[in-house]
Amino acid sequence: MTLADIRDRLEYQSLLLGAVVLVTCAVLAFAYQLTREPIRQALENDLLENLSQVLPPTLHDNNLLDSQHRIQAPWGEITWYQATLEGKVTAVVLPLTAIGYAGEIKMLMAIREDGRIAGVRVLIHKETPGLGDNIEISRSPWITGFNGKSLSDPRPSGWAVKKDGGVFDQFTGATITPRAVVGSIKGALEFFEAHKAAFLQPAPTTGDHADD
Amino acid sequence: MTDYKRLTKDGLWSNNIVFAQLLALCPVMAVTGTATNGLGMGLATLFVLIASNLIVSSIRHFVSQAVRIPVYIVIIAALVTLTDMLINAYAYELYKVLGLFIALIVVNCAILGRAEAFASKNTLWDTLIDSLMMGIGLTLALVVIGAFREILGSGTLFANADLLLGSRFGFLEVTLIPDYKGFLVLLLPPGGFIAVGFLLVLKRWIDLRLSKDRTLPLESAGCSVESHG
Repeated sequence: MTLADIRDRLEYQSLLLGAVVLVTCAVLAFAYQLTREPIRQALENDLLENLSQVLPPTLHDNNLLDSQHRIQAPWGEITWYQATLEGKVTAVVLPLTAIGYAGEIKMLMAIREDGRIAGVRVLIHKETPGLGDNIEISRSPWITGFNGKSLSDPRPSGWAVKKDGGVFDQFTGATITPRAVVGSIKGALEFFEAHKAAFLQPAPTTGDHADD
Repeated sequence: MTDYKRLTKDGLWSNNIVFAQLLALCPVMAVTGTATNGLGMGLATLFVLIASNLIVSSIRHFVSQAVRIPVYIVIIAALVTLTDMLINAYAYELYKVLGLFIALIVVNCAILGRAEAFASKNTLWDTLIDSLMMGIGLTLALVVIGAFREILGSGTLFANADLLLGSRFGFLEVTLIPDYKGFLVLLLPPGGFIAVGFLLVLKRWIDLRLSKDRTLPLESAGCSVESHG
């Protein structure tokens, strides 16, 4: 009996398909084991890199990844990070989401304990290239204009783009994007103000990890 | 005796995956905003193409007609997942750019097409040459389209090449047109169609110029996998 004879039999074909799937699954499982740690490391480095963009290193001496907490914000459940310097809470870092011209704009923002903004960066967005993407730090320094601002500086009426009577620049040909960013940052400041006690309470760093 | 010269010419030019078979247009439109992205996608596809076709060729005597398509698909899908995990783990910056599109390699019909049309009928060595040339042809096509869109769209060439190839290749990045305001439409998806359209015309024009009797072209477009046979 040769291979050609049995090749078209039903049992042979089922076994062949099963064997192929078994082998490929085994290879993938092995590769998953192999790459899991490097992928976790890459994601962690990326997060630390983003955190260091919004939070000056002089503001904290703790490992931010060891002080993460969950809270329900108006724009969804978020993981936020508490920065401490010599045991005192100096700032918090929280992610925020704005609805821009072409979908969600994901940002990361650090607020000092006195309510002033330490830094904001846009992480992911789908805004129009050449128009709305000036919110990216690599395209324009616009986003750094929020540094040092707080709910009392400018006055609440000033928390808008210039076209709406506020103090923040819009972009030529793109008002919706900066308007969404300004509104979302103002919302985050108000959220921080309303939950200040929870945010600034020194929390034990153990046992409060988000699920890995 | 296999004609390697013909395999090479087919893969790189006359039966090029993008410019002659008009396959793989989905990743072509999606990632070729810059030449660097095109190169990254091309190399990832090249890897999957060669690896999957070599496996298909080496088991070709064991696979029966009836189940060959699911077997090929499982092999290709596994290799794409493998590529995805490896890039995620060891080239994270590139993954942030290409990540969404790597999964698209699975549905790149050019890979299944080569498995079906060539690898399942030919020896390992011939398959290696064929998929290497087809893959290089695809990579070149992606880089050319990416360069076309990048130069006219944003005035640069090989921007962010250091993310893909390491900082030693930073010199590849050039700003061709300083203070260029950008030509937005070429960076958006319609620009992909426009770029492919113009480059197709260019290729046909060259073919026409090269052919002596000037009657040859206009037959090869379509999806015949074995044209010029």
